[in-house]
Amino acid sequence: MKKFTPLKSLSEPGREPLLHLENLDLMPLPEPLETTEKDRPWNELTAQAQARYECGLDNTCAVNVPQPQSPEEERELVVCFLSGLDKLFSAADNWTFLQPLLLTMEHCTGCQTCAASCHIFEASGGAEIYRPTFRSEVMRRLYFKHVRRGGLLSAWQHGEVEVNWPLIARLIELAYRCNLCRRCAQTCPLGCDNGLVARELRKLFSQEMGIAPKEIHENGSMLQLKVGSTTGMNAEIVKDNVAFIDEDISERTGIEVHTPWDVQGADVLLIHNAGEIMAWPENPGAFALLLNMAGISWTMSSELAGYDSVNYGLWYDDAQFARVALKHVEAARKLGVKRIVMGECGHAHKALCVIADRMLAGEMNIPRESYLPLLRDIVMSGKLNFDPSRNDFPVTLHDPCNVVRLMGIVEPQREILHRLCPQFREMTPHGVDNYCCGGGSGFAIMNGNNFADWRFHVSGRKKLEQVLNAFSDCMDVETPKYLCAPCSNCKGQFRDMISYYDLWKKNRIFYGGIVELAVNALAEVKPGFIDWEWR
Amino acid sequence: MTILVYLSIFLGIALFVIGSVLRILQYARLPQHLRWELYPVPHEAPERARHGGSYFETQRHWLQPQSVHHVPEWLAMCDEMILLKSLRLHHPRLWRASFAFHFGLYLIFAALPVALLRLVLHGPAALLLLAYASAILAGAGALGIVLGAIFLLKRRLSDPAQINSTKPADIFNLVFFLVTFAVLGTACLLRPQGTAGPGALLRGLLHFDPAISVGPLLAAGLILGSALLAYIPFTHMAHFIGKYFAWHAVRWDDRRNQPFSAGERRVAEYLSWTPHWSARHMDADGIRTWSEIATANPTVTSPQEKRK
Repeated sequence: MKKFTPLKSLSEPGREPLLHLENLDLMPLPEPLETTEKDRPWNELTAQAQARYECGLDNTCAVNVPQPQSPEEERELVVCFLSGLDKLFSAADNWTFLQPLLLTMEHCTGCQTCAASCHIFEASGGAEIYRPTFRSEVMRRLYFKHVRRGGLLSAWQHGEVEVNWPLIARLIELAYRCNLCRRCAQTCPLGCDNGLVARELRKLFSQEMGIAPKEIHENGSMLQLKVGSTTGMNAEIVKDNVAFIDEDISERTGIEVHTPWDVQGADVLLIHNAGEIMAWPENPGAFALLLNMAGISWTMSSELAGYDSVNYGLWYDDAQFARVALKHVEAARKLGVKRIVMGECGHAHKALCVIADRMLAGEMNIPRESYLPLLRDIVMSGKLNFDPSRNDFPVTLHDPCNVVRLMGIVEPQREILHRLCPQFREMTPHGVDNYCCGGGSGFAIMNGNNFADWRFHVSGRKKLEQVLNAFSDCMDVETPKYLCAPCSNCKGQFRDMISYYDLWKKNRIFYGGIVELAVNALAEVKPGFIDWEWR
Repeated sequence: MTILVYLSIFLGIALFVIGSVLRILQYARLPQHLRWELYPVPHEAPERARHGGSYFETQRHWLQPQSVHHVPEWLAMCDEMILLKSLRLHHPRLWRASFAFHFGLYLIFAALPVALLRLVLHGPAALLLLAYASAILAGAGALGIVLGAIFLLKRRLSDPAQINSTKPADIFNLVFFLVTFAVLGTACLLRPQGTAGPGALLRGLLHFDPAISVGPLLAAGLILGSALLAYIPFTHMAHFIGKYFAWHAVRWDDRRNQPFSAGERRVAEYLSWTPHWSARHMDADGIRTWSEIATANPTVTSPQEKRK
């Protein structure tokens, strides 16, 4: 790997990638992946992708931006980009995040404290283009030159940058090499937020140029607004699937489970990430069983988007974000519920409980909260009879960034695990200092080209190291281990990453949510709710 | 020469104040953004602040008044401002140099009120004590700034991690500090007989007394210092202002949206603004408001479009 990449390389013509990573370059992993040979080889980017898309940044391609066909088209794209850049710093166009963005633009001293906290930079072995300030520094120079209309004095003070299509094309990809976990912002001595810069760049590309990864825009927020869910399930299909889940869970647990739909005036509107219904049906099933047993008045909604809590706009587009958030609240308003409770989905928590908060006025300001304090209170209340010996296997906890660092929900999940799991052990570091799973900000659902290789080798590497260290005393194949990841996107990342490294077959590392552990420990339930069947 | 020194000092202070106020107004007048806090938030209830928790850890948090604990927040601010906590925890190697530099500045600022006190108090013992105190504070401050600036400069010039984020102005800024305080320190140590020291100069400045004789080196140092003071608010070195907003208006701003609050009214106004984003799904033609855009569904074709 070429260790150092000058900033001006971003504007270099041609489509030769600035960075080529190999396993030897990466941060070493602990056993059983301690040598580069034991690590997986990368899938190469295909010649077809390289010929068709802009792949001039690194080994991979996340956004699939088609290559312009003429210099005129390139010039039009540059003009469009600069127009979007202006809008990013205009109050009328970007009041939503203007203040934190400006503070980040105008005060970074380049001290590099953020670099040590970034899991992507560290895992890549210190590749310069993944340094958190690399992207921000380009953006900063663009801001002073093109938004503030700086001249020579400004270039001397804030640095120079040449805007051309190669720079923009690389910047589009670079905006999708950050998990938006904001660990860097947490450590910045000046409060600058490189994660926000990545997000605002994504916003510029989406809201001005119409450029966003297909998985999060066309097949994501647009599909959700069209049929109700990013999974493609409409209301009828989702109700059918949940009825099937109810039946299955009733059979598995020996307790009749029924999910209520569209109950007017219920206390709780529970909104799951609909991906759970498709990929991990035991999770919504476990929720239904626990809420029914605890005597909670609850319901699910069959309104458009009312049954899918995801809000991909959080990662790239304010308009899409607001549209989906309003759909969620509208579903609750129609039912007249007293509160919305978010299921196991980290970004959905942050989106509806925190980011949307100031947008929701009057009757739309319906109380919203996480399922975690509710579940903690159910478990600790003593109303249900739990038998922790049923969970007597090693368990570790992943802290989803959106729930923990970005929302401050740290202890409820720990109280639950300390109560229910005798072999619970923490990762290091954890809580608000956690590391992202590597699938954050949409990466967990982005698999185009060889992007998945990148997210396992680079963005997920630090978390993988933490998981392997947490289970280092019991890596034998006889001991099943449970990686508790109370977030759908994180679970998706873990499912794919554990499979990629074959850690289920070879080391019996399993993953799942937290409600499954609660149901597994319920004394009234047939033993073996967690069936250790890989999916 | 003395008048020139006085004028440069007054001008330096005036430009510093004007530049700082303009910068404060620039940030304070920006629209209230969407919530973007980061935990830990120190004004949370102590039992939650300890682990970085928030009111979201309790069910039906909206039924409880939001508690704001000022003392832990002030302590956290002091730790951050005076002892540079973030740098100390996350970048200890840089902390030593940065702390020497910043603490040096604080000592210089602390020496000023002590020196002023000396002008108003009477009694030889008190005057001697204050004279020593102000001299020690200023001397230690200047030394801290010079040493800090040397180490920071060395790092800027030798650390590959800094190459991409170092601009010519960054080097200039550190050299500016280094030269200014080296000159001031040397001027105080090697003051020619019959010329004013810092105490006499301060008295002369307050009375605008042209009879005071200022040595050439001290005059040069004071003019440089005044220029530096005037320059700071117009550079990223004004981060002491930005940091206040970054912490209080972003990182620690966990205020819930309250019905009928000023915040709710502000956002209602922003929702009537008309953005101009060009992407098709935005449907932002400069006429539609944010409110209309947010309640539109880009996947539903409008009757007008269907007719087209």
